[in-house]
Amino acid sequence: MTTTIAFLGEFGDAIQFIFQGQTTQEGTEVGGSQFLDLTWEHLKLTFAAMGVACAIAIPAGLWLGHIRRGSFLAISVSNVGRAVPSLALIALFVAYLGTGFTNVTLALVLLAIPPILTNTYVAVTQVEGDTVDAARGMGMTGAEIVRKVELPLALPLIFGGVRISAVNVIATATIAPLAGINTLGDPIINVSGYGDTGRLAAAMCVAALAIFTELALGAVQRAVTPAGLKLEPDTASRRMRLRFGREATT
Amino acid sequence: MLDLIAQLQIQDRSGGEADCVADNGFCPSWIVDNFDRYTDPLVQHVYLTVISLVIGFGISFGLALLAHRRRWFIGPITQITGVLYTLPSLAVFFLLLPITGRGNTTAIIALVSYSLLIIFRNIMAGLDNVPAETKDAGRGMGLTDRQLLWRVELPLALPEILAGLRIAATTTVGLATLAFFAGAGGLGEQIFADIIFKSNVVTAGGLAVLLAAALDAVILLVQRAVTPWTRARAA
Repeated sequence: MTTTIAFLGEFGDAIQFIFQGQTTQEGTEVGGSQFLDLTWEHLKLTFAAMGVACAIAIPAGLWLGHIRRGSFLAISVSNVGRAVPSLALIALFVAYLGTGFTNVTLALVLLAIPPILTNTYVAVTQVEGDTVDAARGMGMTGAEIVRKVELPLALPLIFGGVRISAVNVIATATIAPLAGINTLGDPIINVSGYGDTGRLAAAMCVAALAIFTELALGAVQRAVTPAGLKLEPDTASRRMRLRFGREATT
Repeated sequence: MLDLIAQLQIQDRSGGEADCVADNGFCPSWIVDNFDRYTDPLVQHVYLTVISLVIGFGISFGLALLAHRRRWFIGPITQITGVLYTLPSLAVFFLLLPITGRGNTTAIIALVSYSLLIIFRNIMAGLDNVPAETKDAGRGMGLTDRQLLWRVELPLALPEILAGLRIAATTTVGLATLAFFAGAGGLGEQIFADIIFKSNVVTAGGLAVLLAAALDAVILLVQRAVTPWTRARAA
């Protein structure tokens, strides 16, 4: 074990830093359990931002998709969202609203909304007209159609959007220390307290967190896919991908 | 964190209307006076973006041609580029530091690795979308596989290929604002230099957004120019 770590050089030091930590010259403990605190803060920020973003974007997308209106809004919001650099967004919030948990969360919410909104909208509009007609013929009201027909059929694609947003938010929460919130980005931004090893260790943790989130949400996405849609995953996913590029991947 | 704030306070904010700057307002006069400090970072930003896009496109194109010929490559390529796409670029900068050191190389590798999935997927989608009848017609005219690819499939796939390039371009401009962490400069360095000064943040951030919009427009114009038939269909 020790020889393997030595072989890894700086990466080995960083791994050791994550699990054992070290004491700085000022006598503060960094790495080890302190990384757990940073990770927790990172996750808290991510959950808060994703929660608010989902609460706004999913109902809005369902509604716009249901009434088949606002395609321009739903699609262009994601184009604009992509063009605004996350660093600039955080900086704008810091410059205008100041630092703090709420302000960073708000900035991350703005970042997270576009993919979810666009994917939800696209997913609902892609529910076949015949299916909706059949539901209406069975006597379902508009709200029932949304809840029992359009939402279940749209779920895989909605989760595709949530997945893109979540990974994005985790990546961007790394620069939250600029706004006074000590996430896993703290060793990266305020390198003086941690040294290069701490910074590399933090980068590894952020990368692992992003990959883990991607995999976990991918599993959730497969779990929520209605059995009927799994029959022809290839054609369905290909069709969606073709029309809307990156945003609409399942 | 306090060190950081203290460090930022001593930023040079000379020029423009003193009152406005002292109040940390949004000061057009300061921006006009100090615009020259944004030109070098902007040039650096354009350089990073364009180089990364060119390399990213080249690699994706090669991978797409390979996967087009041998379909079983699609799965592994999508998975590997998917992981590269998922890794936060900020983390990748620092993961690469021990190997490639600080500077443009590290930034460009990270930006390229992020763009691969986007471009690859769109090229594959474009190629898959070519109607089978068209390919049959080409074969019937006696085209070889290679001729079919370059004269029929790729031209017809162009709109989607370039759409992928547009997405990659706007994304890369955004990510390149973080490239200064890898020691490669760019507009992000200016944002970071004085992150609580409104005029500075708005100018540097605004330039990044404008750059993204400009690149997007350029690729769109190229797309219009090289695919005249799509316009005829729309008209």
